[in-house]
Amino acid sequence: MKRPARIWAILVVAGFAAAAGAQTATDGRRSGFADMSPALQAIQRDDMSNPAMLWVAEGEAQWNARAGNAGKSCADCHGAGESMRGVAVRYPAFDAKARTVVDLDGRIDRCRNEHQRASSPAPESRPRLAIAAYVAFQSRGMAIAPPTGGSLDAAAIAGEALYRQRLGQLNLSCAQCHDERAGGSLAGVAIPQAHPTGYPLYRSEWQGLGSLQRRIRNCMTGVRAEPYPFGAPELVELEVFLMRRAAGMAWETPAVRP
Amino acid sequence: MPASAADYVVTGDAIERPLEGAIGDAARGRAIVANRTLGLCLLCHSGPIPEERFQGNLAPPLDGAGSRWSEGQLRLRLVDPARLAPDSPMPAYYRTDGLSRVAPAFAGKPILTAAQIEDVVAYLATLREPGAAR
Ligand code: HEC
Ligand code: HEC
Repeated sequence: MKRPARIWAILVVAGFAAAAGAQTATDGRRSGFADMSPALQAIQRDDMSNPAMLWVAEGEAQWNARAGNAGKSCADCHGAGESMRGVAVRYPAFDAKARTVVDLDGRIDRCRNEHQRASSPAPESRPRLAIAAYVAFQSRGMAIAPPTGGSLDAAAIAGEALYRQRLGQLNLSCAQCHDERAGGSLAGVAIPQAHPTGYPLYRSEWQGLGSLQRRIRNCMTGVRAEPYPFGAPELVELEVFLMRRAAGMAWETPAVRP
Repeated sequence: MPASAADYVVTGDAIERPLEGAIGDAARGRAIVANRTLGLCLLCHSGPIPEERFQGNLAPPLDGAGSRWSEGQLRLRLVDPARLAPDSPMPAYYRTDGLSRVAPAFAGKPILTAAQIEDVVAYLATLREPGAAR
């Protein structure tokens, strides 16, 4: 049972990575994409049927819309959306002005507050996910390329410690499922390797788009832990660690997951 | 009263005395094992519970557990598996201390009560047959 499934998945990953023009999965790392049914994979591949493209289209409208007390659009400062190509694959990044590590959503929110002089929509709200999806979509097919540097290296170390820490009433760490048991079946659900390759992404279970932070919080709730709040430094540290762990893998935003 | 480690005595790799003197009931134990929000066992294990379609494969099948282990050994494996295998992913079902960031709804409570654990032990003790392929 197990063997043919694995060989099949490797073939699919290799095919996808080749199509996306990025690296293959010869080192054993596989995107959650590889664990999905061929039907769901086809939906992710086809922009006309991928439901996440609705958010991308909304994000494009936001990119060009003047907003806030400054009355400026993203495009007024950055030009065409394509100028964002390559940005998502190098986040989280160190924000020198804020002297802190921010993820892509956090960076966009700072632009909103400081340059547009607009207020922040709630975490996981539609406008917030849409603009993040549009910016991240510009990097589709590129290889994940996390930056280095003192603060980011420290965040990666902290993130790895959190990844290995047992949490919640069930006392399980991320690593126990995603490193030690990846590929196994948790009550019939395939445990992925937890690569952050496709966020924000559309999940059937959510009936909508969600961020990587939402996904991590779901896993924490699953082990009956109190999830870190949206935007918490711990979540950003986990993101830094997961991006480094996925360095070189192909960026998929907007992905689809079960 | 749930659950502090002081409530039971470990002898070798077993807890010989029923927790809080409770008397287990195998039928209730089966229902707990089958319930994926109560026992959670089938997230990781499979077992002879054919009506539950989605079972895990992260752990040994529960089939035959009652012929491999005595009731006392089964009890310790539920109460504190880490005592036997420190890296085991299996949760300690009767533990409330030494945990991190437990969600408020579950804080200070063990996953199962002493009575529920005795029910599960009684059920596991009835599992004498090696598993059929599933
Ligand atoms: C008990 C097992 C378990 C634990 C512990 C766990 N996860 Fe998960 N995780 C899963 C499963 C199962 C899925 C896939 C869910 C699905 O497809 O329905 C998943 C999905 C994910 C994904 C999505 C991968 C993708 O392809 O999009 C990420 C990222 C992730 N987990 C990160 C984490 C982090 C970080 C932690 C620790 C804070 C963690 N997980 C703890 C079981 C677990
Ligand atoms: C998150 C995963 C997980 C859950 C949930 C879980 N177990 Fe386990 N269990 C394991 C693993 C893995 C082992 C293998 C030994 C070890 O690593 O401790 C195990 C071992 C056992 C054993 C010894 C098996 C043998 O024959 O050697 C028994 C009995 C058992 N579990 C019963 C249960 C019961 C009953 C429940 C629910 C009330 C349960 N387990 C819930 C992961 C789990």
